[in-house]
Amino acid sequence: MTLKLAPVLSRAWDEQDSYTLEGYRRREGYTAIRKALTEMTPDEVIGEVKESGLRGRGGGGFPTGVKWSFIPQGDGKPHYFVVNADESEPGTCKDIPTMLANPHELIEGIVIGSYAIRSHQAFIYVRGEVTHVARRLLAAVREAYAAGFLGKDILGSGFDLDLTVHVGAGAYICGEETALLDSLEGRRGQPRNRPPFPAVEGLYASPTVVNNVESVASVPSILRNGKDWFRTFGSEKSPGFGFFSLSGHVTRPGQYEAGLGVTLRELLDLAGGIRHGHRLKFWTPGGSSTPLFTDEHLDVPLDFENVASAGSILGTRALQVFDETTCVVRAALRWTEFYAHESCGKCTPCREGTYWLVQAYRRLEAGQGDEAELEKLLDICDNINGRAFCALGDGAVSPIVSSIKYFRDEYLEHLRQGGCPFDPSRTTVWAPALTGAY
Amino acid sequence: MSTAELGLPAVPAKGYPQDVKERLDQDADAVIARYPVKRSALLPLLHLVQSEEGFVSGDGIKYCADKLDLTTAEVSGVATFYSMYKRRQVGDYHVGVCTNTLCAVLGGDEIFATLKEHLGVENDQRTEVSAGVPEAQGKSLTLEHIECNAACDFAPVMTVNWELFDNMTPEKAKQLVDDLLAGREVVASRGPAVCSFRETERILAGFEDRREDAVHGGTIAPESIVGLRVAQARGESA
Repeated sequence: MTLKLAPVLSRAWDEQDSYTLEGYRRREGYTAIRKALTEMTPDEVIGEVKESGLRGRGGGGFPTGVKWSFIPQGDGKPHYFVVNADESEPGTCKDIPTMLANPHELIEGIVIGSYAIRSHQAFIYVRGEVTHVARRLLAAVREAYAAGFLGKDILGSGFDLDLTVHVGAGAYICGEETALLDSLEGRRGQPRNRPPFPAVEGLYASPTVVNNVESVASVPSILRNGKDWFRTFGSEKSPGFGFFSLSGHVTRPGQYEAGLGVTLRELLDLAGGIRHGHRLKFWTPGGSSTPLFTDEHLDVPLDFENVASAGSILGTRALQVFDETTCVVRAALRWTEFYAHESCGKCTPCREGTYWLVQAYRRLEAGQGDEAELEKLLDICDNINGRAFCALGDGAVSPIVSSIKYFRDEYLEHLRQGGCPFDPSRTTVWAPALTGAY
Repeated sequence: MSTAELGLPAVPAKGYPQDVKERLDQDADAVIARYPVKRSALLPLLHLVQSEEGFVSGDGIKYCADKLDLTTAEVSGVATFYSMYKRRQVGDYHVGVCTNTLCAVLGGDEIFATLKEHLGVENDQRTEVSAGVPEAQGKSLTLEHIECNAACDFAPVMTVNWELFDNMTPEKAKQLVDDLLAGREVVASRGPAVCSFRETERILAGFEDRREDAVHGGTIAPESIVGLRVAQARGESA
């Protein structure tokens, strides 16, 4: 079977004005909103999204329509619709280009989702470190208000919705949905205990949906084309399409929007393969929090079930690809330093554990100590995994445990040599010109 | 050594002068009006005070606390949690080099080392005005290594005032900071010409760029449409 690409969200990204209201309307923009608000009841919208099988595209994979159906109705409380645009998972780079090139499809999805859960106030929580995305979102929201797609009595349906763009301030943890809600309430972004879940007590202790950018932006196409169309992509349990973001040592890195279930081998074929003269060593299927894969896993279908069966997590389909010049210890140490830096400090296993992991790792990478150091690392990992307050702790141990599983000898080689056996200058994108080796 | 460097609490801030307060109030009230509960305005208000002074000062913290009926301790607790709020004066430009794993491996480590040497500063330090780069026109910048900025298909990546600079090299990085320090116009890879750090912070407080055309800056990059181009060439659409 040849891989079939599915440019849906990215269908018009090559047009100069794809991010404007006019550009989006030329591409069936804001037609789904009319259908939803004037021809369907909120429950019918939820039903359609539920039956499409759309699963959360922010890494969790929870069915979007089911999440919406958890919002209690007739409870007399305000409801909130919150978009998680805090894209920060290392390797993940799909929501930022989506919001730069196609912010209106996200806004259309927000109106539809808010209508479905009976929310009259929505938020886009976008990470702070992307100024131009803030510009594009602010302008798109202004345009949508002016065109009557936001505000009072949208399209004469009687439905009101306000949308606020909220810019974060630098904290990976705010991608965790309850930390995001605390942050949106003007607090330190620390995860909350669950239950109660956000669907019952979310923002301001009211029922709240938190959905990833790509999930929400996929909704208009489902309403335009129908749930059956959506199911023509992907597999039965992982229907639909999504971005596969290739980065690292590949010839043509970038965004490949395709049905779920493609393999890295198929994607590499399109991307011109691993950079010339090199071979695949290890890769992440869905960001740094998902256990590493190697060349053994080139043919694993990248959907929720198959990646899980192979021992990792589909995550955000952030395929960071590393060739044989890369030291896996260096890579995992750097990710570990990241998790230590981003640990919010709320729970002891993560706060203390990530700190000690970094200390132990630095010694190992420098070739100090003996094999017992490796066991110490794994022991600390064991005391974090499943014991931390949120998934950051589990994510922190993923690259460590998986890299030791596949590359134990490389760790030992550091100890034998008393240092790193790799030359870091060979990993850079300009290395070929420097070494003249190719 | 200042009290801040010793980790001691500063003397109670007096707060902004009346004219500054009145000017900021216009923006601050617009920020607060966006939210059903006013404490939600704290993050954008901290960006706003950072746009006033180039960092979050004691006066800025007091201003936010007064606006939102919080204590200065509550505001400080939030301000110190987030890495974008700076406790020391940032230069005219904030320059970030991604050194998370993928960018580091693809060259970010070398770029960061090159810039530290070229500018004579360490991580999170600001250049002395005119130091290191002879042609500096009274401009300064703060260099910092940053975490993944969601542009991995463009690695190695840098930022200037959180605008993306894609596919960097040590040579391009040196040219970039030299241009900034010399006051020459610098245009982001997928955005407009960069403005000052303080002007940027006002955008992050949720206000549109004062330059009307800025939103149109930048064209789509080949990496973002690499899959779309393959699909078009093969006649595939969804």
